[in-house]
Amino acid sequence: MRFAGDSIVLPEHFLEHQKGRALRRKAIDRWFGRLGLILTLGTLGVLAILLLNLAANGLFRIDWHFLTSFPSRRAAEAGVLSAWVGTALLMLVTASLAIPLGVAAGIYLEEYAPKNKWTDFVEINIANLAGVPSILYGLMALGLFVYKFRFGQSILAGGMALGCLVLPIVIVSTREALRTIPAMIREAAFALGATRWQAVWHHLLPYSTGGIATGVILSMSRAIGESSPLITIGALTFIAFLPPPALLDHAPYVSFEWVFSPFTALPIQMFNWVSRPGEEFQANAAAAGLLLMVITLGMNGAAILLRRHAQRNIKW
Amino acid sequence: MPLPQESSRRLDKAVERIMVWVLRLGGWASVLVTFGIVITLITESEPFFSKVPFRRLITDKMWTPLFADPQYGISALLAGTLVTTGVALLVAVPLGTILAIYLSEFAPVRLRELVKPMLELLSAVPTVVYGYFALLTLTPLLQKIYPDLPQFSMLSAGLIMGIMIIPYVTSLGEDSMRSVPMLLREGAFALGDGKLGVALRVVFPGAFSGLAAAYVLAISRAVGETMIVAIAAGLQPKLTFNPLDSAATVTAFIVQVSLGDLPHGSIGYQSIFAAGAVLFLMTLGFNLAGHALRRRFHRAA
Amino acid sequence: MVSTQPQPLSPAKNEPLPGISLGGRTNVDPAEDKKPVPAKVQIQELSFFYGTHQVLRSVTLEVPKDQVTALIGPSGCGKTTLLRCLNRMHDLYPGNRYEGSVKLQPEGIDILGPGMDPIQVRMRFGMVFQKPNPFPKSIYENVAYGLRLQGMSKRRELDERVEKALREAALWDEVKSRLHGLAHNLSGGQQQRLCIARAIATDPDVVLFDEPTSALDPIATSKIEELIVELKKRVTVVIVTHNLQQAGRISDMTAFMYLGELIEFGETNRVFTNPAKPQTEDYISGRFG
Repeated sequence: MRFAGDSIVLPEHFLEHQKGRALRRKAIDRWFGRLGLILTLGTLGVLAILLLNLAANGLFRIDWHFLTSFPSRRAAEAGVLSAWVGTALLMLVTASLAIPLGVAAGIYLEEYAPKNKWTDFVEINIANLAGVPSILYGLMALGLFVYKFRFGQSILAGGMALGCLVLPIVIVSTREALRTIPAMIREAAFALGATRWQAVWHHLLPYSTGGIATGVILSMSRAIGESSPLITIGALTFIAFLPPPALLDHAPYVSFEWVFSPFTALPIQMFNWVSRPGEEFQANAAAAGLLLMVITLGMNGAAILLRRHAQRNIKW
Repeated sequence: MPLPQESSRRLDKAVERIMVWVLRLGGWASVLVTFGIVITLITESEPFFSKVPFRRLITDKMWTPLFADPQYGISALLAGTLVTTGVALLVAVPLGTILAIYLSEFAPVRLRELVKPMLELLSAVPTVVYGYFALLTLTPLLQKIYPDLPQFSMLSAGLIMGIMIIPYVTSLGEDSMRSVPMLLREGAFALGDGKLGVALRVVFPGAFSGLAAAYVLAISRAVGETMIVAIAAGLQPKLTFNPLDSAATVTAFIVQVSLGDLPHGSIGYQSIFAAGAVLFLMTLGFNLAGHALRRRFHRAA
Repeated sequence: MVSTQPQPLSPAKNEPLPGISLGGRTNVDPAEDKKPVPAKVQIQELSFFYGTHQVLRSVTLEVPKDQVTALIGPSGCGKTTLLRCLNRMHDLYPGNRYEGSVKLQPEGIDILGPGMDPIQVRMRFGMVFQKPNPFPKSIYENVAYGLRLQGMSKRRELDERVEKALREAALWDEVKSRLHGLAHNLSGGQQQRLCIARAIATDPDVVLFDEPTSALDPIATSKIEELIVELKKRVTVVIVTHNLQQAGRISDMTAFMYLGELIEFGETNRVFTNPAKPQTEDYISGRFG
């Protein structure tokens, strides 16, 4: 905030006794402003330095070979193929679980749920889930999906663990997106005789797509970077094969065998390489980290742009 | 105009009723997840807790449940969690609060709008990447200053964790401060106070429960962090309060055991669920406290 | 609608409505109230509760067909609540309760009756709100929405009805070349006329106006007032307004409410020049607002 009086020069005897104090206050303000700016730039700068360091150590390792090879005991020949394929397949499962359930829950809580104790409980519950450490989702998946449901240490178990983890994010962003639509728009639809679902389907969802998409992208970005739940359910760190293909060249042409396959993922691979001594493996880790950062920053950036664009389009 | 056909109205009504149920399922999903977590933790850790006398959890000095002569001093793990969290808070609380005050009371609007999303990015970085930074970038740097620093240290992990949780403090803190009404500030400005004075004397106390909520939620996040500590603080449980030491946290222990073979029902399997149960209770406490504080802030506002 | 006076008493928008004296209308006979006009909505002993708080107290009122009925009264008197009872908007929010009956003529069905579908009720009414609230869609789609809800889907039918509604709302000429442009690009007054077109497109029996011009400038306001006077030839209009001059200008019947009760109801001219109840007189002469 700049004050209008910042540069006005006051006559000598304007404030006989308090002048010193007033000037001191202004000086303190100025110093704090500078301190704040330095700290802000510094904090962001630390992030930038760490990223540059990552790039310096790992950029050279990223080439076609790196992206298309399996991990290997020989660091120079290792690659991230099984890792990024695993991540992609995991995201498929995560998305198909978290997006429909999350959006549905968001719509229900925002548009349908009556204001009673049960709804309060659900809301508290969602807020709490958002704060549960990610490794606990892994423990749940281990006990429930891997063993009880007998999905084994598979993409299905991993994808479901991550899906549960990001579910609260999707729910909250769906609710917030719906909340930005003014009540009068809903009333206009109802006054014309729409049922609640018609109002949601014809108006509320179309108008909040931007916000919901933003939430979905952020949740997927989060899921891609998570490793502890996957470690817990036993994602293997040395996988030299790809899961069975989803498309077949014979009937029935589509296979879901891959869903039950063991797997690895990009953050897991990075973790494995970081834990190994030796500069070469560390370079691989840096390369994997760089890939993760590009994906994460890219998705987060896209989400921010999407949010800005959506806000600009519809003015309430 | 003649009203719509009875049949199309009936169809609309049927669709409405079906959709209400479909949507309600979504609401139930979140409850089911909590249920799943709680039930799994209870059932899978129960064998451990029924086998190990409570006394030993407190009095044993080491945590080695998988050894031939098992020790069950969970305080070894708790110490690791405490120290790393403490270091992280030493970084995040002062820095985060100053940043919150700066962004809320001093920074021009354009700068704030630019900086806020960038700060959020800090919490979006995958934690393995932070682990890499702690182990391979920060630790060598710190070793230049203090050559005796071991390869794995709670200091290094804690510092990076602190950077990671700055957005938790800053974002919530700044939101709380900005929602303190301008009217309150104006009273102090009208008396001749400066911006910092107003920030410290009027805004900070006014936003206090919101800030407290931010701190508590940051603590919760630090306690639950896994990868940074697993990579950079060490995987050997050790009862020590010296940040320059290496030690395992509750979360790191779970990772370490998971990396090995985990047959269902083995002692290793049971012990990680026991650790998970302890972790859950800790973070649950912090989360509930944090949200209660937030509610109190919103009600007061 | 006639009186004992030789001159016509139809409310003309050009006649000012002074506070107490009314120029040439001072000798209206209070006994000669109204020539029988069929009722469109018969409100009988209507009470409305928001939780335990009673907002409307036993209101009984007959809204005449094809005329403009104004609901006036100070803030909080329940006029908007009464309006929203008619199309059962209160059903959308929990904790509300109706007592009494609201009968839609000529069928005589009680809108508040058990088993009555609020959505079908809403399809017989149209509503225009305080602030223009067009959907963030095209002008065409805004008007067509109500028609689509009622099952109309053929392009040519929709085109015809949309044009008809826009003409009746005196908006057609201004938008005919940009029917598929966004409704938000229209001015405030145009947006409100669009909302009127949207409400009348489905040929409702009754159109409810909730302070429709309170957010508009005087020129837009007068356009809409003209529109309402035109509309009443085909539909029954109920309008809530806290602008007394507006009520005087455009309404045939006026109902004055206070603290949830209907204090007085009668021909507008009579209510304004010769109110029967002291509270009415106090309100109209500005002794309280």
